[in-house]
Amino acid sequence: MIAFNRFVLDNGLRVLVHEDHSTPMAVVNVMYDVGARDEDPNKTGFAHLFEHLMFGGSIHIKDYDEPLQKAGGENNAYTTNDLTNYYCQLPAENIETAFWLESDRMLSLAFSKRSLDVQRKVVCEEFKEHYINKPYGDAWHKMRELAYRVHPYQWMTIGKNLEHIEKAKLEDVKSFFFKHYTPANAVLVVAGKVTTDEVKRLAEKWFGPIDAGTKYTRYLPEEPKQTAPRYLEVYADVPLDALYKTWHMDSRLEKGYYVTEMITEILGGGGSSRLYQSLVKEQQLFSNIDCYHFGSTDKGLLAIEGKLVKGRTMEEAEQAIDEELEKIKDTLVTETELQKVKNKTESMIAFEDMTIMSRANSLAYYELLGNADLMNEELSKYQAITAAEIQQYSRQIFDVNNSNTLRYYSKR
Amino acid sequence: MINRKVAPPIQDPVAFDLQLKPYDYYTLDNGTPVYAVNAGAQDVLLIELVFFAGNWYEQQNLVAATTNFLLKNGTRQRSAFDINEHFEFYGAYLNRRCNSETATLSLHCLSKHVNELLPVIGELLTESIFPEEELDIYKQNQKQRLQVNLKKCDFVANRLIDEYLYGFNHPYGRYTSTLAYDELEQEQLLDFFRRYYTNGRCLLFVAGKLPDDIIPQLNKSFGTLPFNKESLPHFNHPPHPAAEKVARIINDEQGVQSAIRLATPFPNRHHADYPKAQVLNSIFGGYFGSRLMSNIREDKGYTYGIHSHIENHIQTSAWVVSTEAGRDVTKATIKEVYHEMERLRNEPIGEEELYLVRNYMIGTLLGDIDGPFQIINRWKNYILHGLERDYFYKSLEVIKTITAQELQALANKYLQPEKFYELTVI
Repeated sequence: MIAFNRFVLDNGLRVLVHEDHSTPMAVVNVMYDVGARDEDPNKTGFAHLFEHLMFGGSIHIKDYDEPLQKAGGENNAYTTNDLTNYYCQLPAENIETAFWLESDRMLSLAFSKRSLDVQRKVVCEEFKEHYINKPYGDAWHKMRELAYRVHPYQWMTIGKNLEHIEKAKLEDVKSFFFKHYTPANAVLVVAGKVTTDEVKRLAEKWFGPIDAGTKYTRYLPEEPKQTAPRYLEVYADVPLDALYKTWHMDSRLEKGYYVTEMITEILGGGGSSRLYQSLVKEQQLFSNIDCYHFGSTDKGLLAIEGKLVKGRTMEEAEQAIDEELEKIKDTLVTETELQKVKNKTESMIAFEDMTIMSRANSLAYYELLGNADLMNEELSKYQAITAAEIQQYSRQIFDVNNSNTLRYYSKR
Repeated sequence: MINRKVAPPIQDPVAFDLQLKPYDYYTLDNGTPVYAVNAGAQDVLLIELVFFAGNWYEQQNLVAATTNFLLKNGTRQRSAFDINEHFEFYGAYLNRRCNSETATLSLHCLSKHVNELLPVIGELLTESIFPEEELDIYKQNQKQRLQVNLKKCDFVANRLIDEYLYGFNHPYGRYTSTLAYDELEQEQLLDFFRRYYTNGRCLLFVAGKLPDDIIPQLNKSFGTLPFNKESLPHFNHPPHPAAEKVARIINDEQGVQSAIRLATPFPNRHHADYPKAQVLNSIFGGYFGSRLMSNIREDKGYTYGIHSHIENHIQTSAWVVSTEAGRDVTKATIKEVYHEMERLRNEPIGEEELYLVRNYMIGTLLGDIDGPFQIINRWKNYILHGLERDYFYKSLEVIKTITAQELQALANKYLQPEKFYELTVI
């Protein structure tokens, strides 16, 4: 049970406080309700590039990092398809430094041309490091394009290509900031050795004077139901054939999301999971296989991916996966197997919640979803899932018409 | 109106009185030492068994790593599947890891399940059989994984720089190959297992919210095993650093980045320079605000990240700079690294920067010793390196008091380009 207090400033900023007096540290986490899904299809990668620019100086403070480091703190940030999160941890005594820094960059950035010029290059190197200069690095770009026809999940957070990043202009940066980086579009979570009264005082002092701005309303095209299987074949300079498959699944707050989490655990979670035992150990078709889902807010994807053992064919591999999927559709999981995935979920949640940083991050995300209390209801939602529901959702998801297959061949 | 141009007052972390929670010490009936940290609010546990079973002790490449990896792959009573199923049923994570001197088996679990799990770990350590078919699958899959990794410039660079520093025949410099996997045999694993695990030297580290009966439970599962009876063989592995200092490798003609590694030998943690060099390393390339990051990423945009670190080896170590930079700016990046070394040698570090780094290091250290797993990890590190109990406080004192002159002298001693291996892999 993660206890917290919540209040809202006049400008719409939601503030959550999670007190934990067993640590000497404090975490200040600011989550903005903007991600790659909010980008213009012709200017992709922008939400992430923007995250870099948030460290390029704000209106009154020329450098974000230095004062924080001086106060004994460290920070980082990440961008997903759904959101952008900034977090710092520092000795609790110096927490006001974080309020000062975070509120100034919510107020306004410095919009430095020089910062944009440098960070464009940095992000291009990041793109190369992770997606161009790595074998199979483009697989998920291709898969997303295959699986999504209209929803902006069709591109990755890093962007569709280097050109989009290279073309980013300072006016794009400004309009993006004023559209998305407003108090009403953000959640502030403060966790650790703090009191709610003190956080209230500091939040009013530093964030209170920021203009409310206009609340951004998201209108995203809904992905139409897929009605036929899709296939893509790629030949590349990689040593092994690889297979990627995805299926559309429910969105974050739907029941199916929780059931899907269990399904991926049964199929791909650990050395006793079904796909590993059958395809890697018994049949030796794959040298590795993973099954997981994207954890997306809107309707996401369940994925299975693996590299084939040399000498085995794509047809054999696909057929073996299909057979495993037929089993979970045909036969109810046993009580033991169901109990196992529930135990695993309980344990996963316990370990995840160990640090104040992770707790702050989760609280912010659930608040963004609409209700931070959801964080404390997660476990019971998983515990309530039945074998019949797993079967029912497996049938729904693993419908061939809902599937996308990327056959990634090694070019001889 | 508040004045946003003025930073709120801070308390200098340098003035903080940091305390590393001491461990409790026990011994099991067979003399196995147990280091325990009882702390934390969550009902979770970490139990780590450390064996002196790293590749320092192997007679043939990969025997140590493979023995360690296959500890979960079959005993006289249980198949690999049964073992995984048992731990996963309780939501526990049983991980193994092979280092140079040591190899570990570590369990993360909910405290309430620990009694179901410890006896099976005892079984793994005495009754593992390393089935032939498990070894075959392992070889096949590891060779495939290696093939993929060899396409990555960073992976290739990490292997080669260690080879240059220590020599291929040194445990720190040796790496995998298809041939080495092919040559592995079951009997070698069994021998290594009996000698270095079942009859090996073992230390236990436990942390978390410890159940009252944790020591009796550990004793029941491990206290009767033949650990710590035989003394360890003494192997002397002198390093054989490469004569040639510069290497440029083209691993992939199409590569758009190069992995750059610059490295120089450095003494182990017992040397008086070690804690001081940690401070210099922070300034040089050890954190986001470091000289290398500020110049090469934040000013020039040559890379997504550039870091320096001092390796944590027990016997002898190295100071390493590593980055992946754009192919066209490879030379320019290396030039800037040397330029930053030169500045550290020629100019004393300014008061403001030194003050910032002290505060940063101590502030983050405070965060790093927060939580039972972090605390035991730090103690484990000190114990395995044979450091004194007050090492934490001594190195803290170094951070608080080291002068700009000392740092400059240190830069002149170590950060000399001609002492560095310079490797680029495209």
